[in-house]
Parts: sequence; C-alpha cells; structure tokens
Amino acid sequence: MGLDVGWAVRWLTLSAQAMAEHRVELIELDRPIGDSDHGENMDRGFKAVMDKLAEAPPETPGAALKLTAMTLMSKVGGAAGPLYGTAFLRAATALGSTSDIDAATLATALQAARDGIVARGKAESGDKTMVDAWTPAIEAAAATAGDGDVRKVLLAAAEAAEAGAVSTDPMLARKGRASYLGERSIGHRDPGAVSSALILRAAAGAAE
Amino acid sequence: MTVRLVVVSHSAKIADGAAELAAQMAPDVLILPAGGTDDGRIGTSLEKVMAALEQASGDGVVVLTDLGSAVMTAESAAEFAADPDSVLLADAPLVEGLVAAAVAAQTGADAAAVKDAAEAVYRPPVHPAEAEHVHQQPPDATGDFELVNQAGMHARPAAKIAGGLSAMDADVTVNGADGASMTELMMLAAGKGTVLHVEASGPDAAKAVGYLERLVGSGFGEP
Repeated sequence: MGLDVGWAVRWLTLSAQAMAEHRVELIELDRPIGDSDHGENMDRGFKAVMDKLAEAPPETPGAALKLTAMTLMSKVGGAAGPLYGTAFLRAATALGSTSDIDAATLATALQAARDGIVARGKAESGDKTMVDAWTPAIEAAAATAGDGDVRKVLLAAAEAAEAGAVSTDPMLARKGRASYLGERSIGHRDPGAVSSALILRAAAGAAE
Repeated sequence: MTVRLVVVSHSAKIADGAAELAAQMAPDVLILPAGGTDDGRIGTSLEKVMAALEQASGDGVVVLTDLGSAVMTAESAAEFAADPDSVLLADAPLVEGLVAAAVAAQTGADAAAVKDAAEAVYRPPVHPAEAEHVHQQPPDATGDFELVNQAGMHARPAAKIAGGLSAMDADVTVNGADGASMTELMMLAAGKGTVLHVEASGPDAAKAVGYLERLVGSGFGEP
C-alpha cells in the first residue's frame, strides 16, 4: 500500500496545524537571528493552503503539492515562500500524475524537494539553513526506501530532519538574514530547519 | 521599444521610490515597481512580480532586486513567465543598479547590455596603475576631450556616457575609469576644463571614441 491523495491532504492539514501550534516558537527562534516573521509567515501560508484545498480538492498527491507550492510562494512573503514553494513544486513534478506513491518514488520526490531548495537558496550543508534538516532527511529516506515501506521512509526522514535542526545550533550562519549577524548567529537554532522538521514530521504522522 | 525594468523589493515604498528616481533619468523606459506583499506588508509576492513581468514582456525585461528572498521570488516568477529567457535578473545594488539600467535602456541598449550596465555599478573601481597592467595591448582608438560644460562630470553626463557605451561592443576607459560604470565616472570628480583621456578597444572602439567626442564637445547639451 502506497500513499494516496488522502495522505497528501492529511500531510498538509497536519502541517498547517503544526505551523499554528508552533507559530510563537518559530517567531521566537527567528527574533535573535532573523526578522521574527517566520512563524507568522508559515502560519499564514499554510492557512491559505487549507483554504485552497477546500475550494478545489485535488485529485492526485502531485496536484495537492503543486497547489501548495503556488499558494506558499504567493502568501508567505519571506524567503520561506519561494524556498518551500520550489520544494513542493519539484516534489509535485517528481510525482507526476501517480495516485499511489511507493517508497522509491517517495524518496525521489523528497530528494527533488531538497534539490529545489538548494537550487533556489544556493545554500550548502553547514550554512545553518533548512538544508541542514533536509539533507539528512533525504539521506535517511534513501537508506530506508529499499524495504518498500513508505511509513518507515517518512519516519526515518522526520527523525533525521529533527536531528538536523538541532545540529544547526552551533553553526555560523552563511546564508539569509542571519548571515549578517556573523558570529552572533552561533548558539541559535535555525527557524527554517525547525519548520522543515515540523513539516516532515507531519508527513510521517499523516501516514499512520 | 525599449527594454523594460521591474523592481522587486520587500517594501512597496522602496520599489516605488527607486522607480520614481530612475524614471527621472529615463523618461521613456517602463519601470514597474513590485514591492511588498499582496496585503501591503513587508515581503515579496510571487503574484505581484509575475503580474509586473507579464506587463513588461516584449523587448526583454531586466529585474532589479533587494534582499535575498526578493531574488528568490524574482527567480521563481521568471521560471513561470511565458518566455523565461527574455527575463534577466541583474545582480546589482537596487538603487544605483536601477538608475544605471534605466539610463542604458533609455539609450536603446538590449537586455543583456542593460543588465551589464546595472552590474557594472557593483564592480570595484580598477586603480589606474593596475588598469595599465591589465591592458598590455595598445588601445584600438583614443581621444582627448575637454569638459566644456559648467558643472563638469556629474550624475547626468556620467549616466549618458555609461548608458551609451554599455550598448557598444568596446572596452572604454576614461582617465582610467570604466566608461560603462556611472559611479566610476562620477568618482573622477572631473570639473570644467578637465581633459578626458579616452582609450577604447574592441569592434566598436572608434564608434565609442566618436560618441564621447560629440557628447563631451557639446557639453552634454548643458550650459
């Protein structure tokens, strides 16, 4: 049994709930090293995604992710908009018109999402960005995809993303607004890595 | 038709103000501001930028941006554009780059030349002594022209020189400064009576020296 459009909609719904629940936490993380709008922007973006999903229910997982991409790019406002927008768009393209996602396709779509973030933001591992959550996540996904169990792939990705977010604490920011702070960015967790881990945890939760 | 410009900023006021400033020096160039979010907050909007790109499409579009996510939003919008190859993003400081791009577009430069004019603002000035090291070859054309207008080399003459030269296939120096860089020309701080030594290399070298001769000789159309 793979993942269908029901999973995609549950994933986005759980993501929207996570952004609403962690809105203040993400704002607090963003305050010392950014412009303290990440929680606000993500919450607004995913609320808009919920509205769009209600207006026009998608028929495939790919269609759901494409709708999410366009909505986030338009509504988020900050850097997270084009970054997550590109991630969801590349994942949607990788899924194509499939209505039943197997483990290998899932790992490929997650890889496409990470590659989209890298292409758009030009950040590398260790730059203290969401890439530091996504790269371990796709590595964990690729390592577990061989077993053919989509739930296992999603759980491995979520756990790796969470560890990846924690790993940004001692990093010196080299991309985004935090990079203007130089040494002072050390000791703070990257809010984009945290929201990425929340979104990947939601993907796993939606498959349970 | 001229190349159109789109200004993407986190702030609608910055985009509007920069467009207004540049329009003063390039009255025939369409400059479209796309600043702020759809609901008037600080940020960038894919929809706003896509609408501006749509309105600007035709003979090529050059986009000027401010901070990080403005660049990413502009790149995303360009990918969605009907003809992505006709949209060029300039990696240049917003205000100075926009003014230089607008002046180049006003003189009829193509999109690549307009982008280059914006980006030339960024390049650190080459020290004249170092410049001589770089240019081992003798220039293809040279000329010496005296500044006759009262105010000498100020913003408008520098913009005219840089704008005109950016549309030509020639490397031009004016007293060691890059002739395609408005800021370098202004940094010469050359007053009335200063003789400008022009060296040009490339296919359009003679045309470039002739252009400067007419421009400087006529006092840039100023008293």
